[in-house]
Amino acid sequence: MEPGGRPGAEVIAQKGWFYAHRYLILRRISQLAILGLFLVGPLFGIWLVKGNLASSLTLDVLPLSDPLVLLQVFAAGHVPETAALLGGLIVLVFYLIVGGRVYCSWVCPVNIVTDFAEWLRRRLGIKGSAHFSDKTRYWLLGAILLVAAVTGSVAWELINPVSMVYRGLVFGMGLAWGIVAAVFLLDLFVGRRAWCGHLCPVGAFYGMLGEAAVLRVSAVRREQCDDCMDCFAICPEHQVIKPALKGADKGIGPVITSGHCTNCGRCIDVCARDVFAFSTRFSNNSRQAVSGVNQKSEVSS
Amino acid sequence: MSNNDLKGNGVNVARRRFLADTLRTAVGVGLVAVTLGVYQRQARALPATAIRPPGVTDEKSFQSACIRCGLCVRDCPYDTLKLAELGDDVALGTPYFEARDVPCEMCDDIPCVKACPTGALNPALKEINEARMGLAVVVDQEACIAFQGLRCEVCFNVCPVRGKAISLDMQHNPRSGKHALFIPVVHSSDCTGCGKCEKACILEEAAIKVFPVALAKGMLGRHYRLGWEQKAEAGKALVTPDVPHQYNLPEGVSYEHGGRGLITGERPLPPTPPVAPEAPLSPFSSNPLDTLNRKGGL
Repeated sequence: MEPGGRPGAEVIAQKGWFYAHRYLILRRISQLAILGLFLVGPLFGIWLVKGNLASSLTLDVLPLSDPLVLLQVFAAGHVPETAALLGGLIVLVFYLIVGGRVYCSWVCPVNIVTDFAEWLRRRLGIKGSAHFSDKTRYWLLGAILLVAAVTGSVAWELINPVSMVYRGLVFGMGLAWGIVAAVFLLDLFVGRRAWCGHLCPVGAFYGMLGEAAVLRVSAVRREQCDDCMDCFAICPEHQVIKPALKGADKGIGPVITSGHCTNCGRCIDVCARDVFAFSTRFSNNSRQAVSGVNQKSEVSS
Repeated sequence: MSNNDLKGNGVNVARRRFLADTLRTAVGVGLVAVTLGVYQRQARALPATAIRPPGVTDEKSFQSACIRCGLCVRDCPYDTLKLAELGDDVALGTPYFEARDVPCEMCDDIPCVKACPTGALNPALKEINEARMGLAVVVDQEACIAFQGLRCEVCFNVCPVRGKAISLDMQHNPRSGKHALFIPVVHSSDCTGCGKCEKACILEEAAIKVFPVALAKGMLGRHYRLGWEQKAEAGKALVTPDVPHQYNLPEGVSYEHGGRGLITGERPLPPTPPVAPEAPLSPFSSNPLDTLNRKGGL
């Protein structure tokens, strides 16, 4: 990346804007399509999906429930009925396969807001950023379960911006736009990626699912990296890239194994050298052998 | 400064920064948690006009189970239920209805309860007449025209548990001296809290309103016993024995409580237990349309 330049400028110049935003476009389509499925019911009376992200019923058959919400219900001292338990299990298994934080980057509507804040932050050159510990989200995750247990109530859902926005869009917003604006301004002025990257306990929970996920981004052609830093600049959790991209000498495989990686694919988008690709957790070593690099690390590992 | 000192300081600084960071995060998150806890306590205070769907027994256990998915709202065929939006007084995202706005139509199959994935609306509720969403209360006897001696009875007639949840008590009208008052009386044994009476009340502001049961219902002290019930149960008086009242009457004259009053020229009878007067014929047709469509005054 040129100093002050935009991440992905090179790949845009080489292969065009659409290629450099292909995963971003797919994610937006995914986010809006899922929202659309919920909205065609109330707007046009076509009931494909009822409910919202906390719990839904698709085509009157398939129940889906948010495992974190159910965890809060358990913490509050209630055992949910079978429909919710089954729905929670289906969602849990799905995210264990595709990566927990796929929820964040491919489903969650707040992601669109915070991505926009980050884009604007870059374009306006806003530099200052408050420091939140990376661990804050885990503290918050623990805190919301504790509050649920102490008050015997699903308390976090009173203020959870993620569920609030979705419920608002599908059932009626009230003053929830204020919360959307608050998250936007937080990310724009207070701290870079403050909400999704540091605070959100929903993301923290799904990140924990991601620690074991099968689908992962891999720096398969990391030997082609020319240190342009575009991937670091664009990545919402840029700490996850370095071990995979630069770990060849330390015997670390090319797969980004951190649960924080949202599988958003933006690193794949902006890389002019095609370093990254979607892969699986299991190809962490075999890929190296196939690509014929990292002999040293293979020997050492 | 030796290298060792430098290194030691470095470790110290790092440790201090780590501790400061951890403390800052813990305090910040702790504040959020406490605020959330306090907010949650307030959110449990249900406004008097907000009525929960069928199958909710108490607010606390409801809020431990409701995940605010809105599936009950979606399956309500009459658009009675809605989810609380940010800014409403009801706990955010939870389902409720306002009776004066749209009351519950008491569907036989109770689709809202069936739709609930977590059991926040108790699936044990199979019979809609068993639902206790709230309790109707005649809140304003000054405004209710039945108390003025005017015939209205709309709440009585629209009640889905007609004749049981609301009855009309016939009382003397002291203003005219010759007419009756038909006073609506709600019975908590049968009132489901559907709110149709509040919706139908003809006044500008309803004189009968449905409140959450916890607000509307009083309770006798647990130690309290009603003497006549105890007596009926035991088959005799438990405190002082019943002694027939002794009247100081002339010879051959007696007095009977059962309704005959003063009796002359008869041998005095042993006192008979009072007989309940025969229920007067109901002035109200069993068909609510008869009274609702009635023309002219009565």
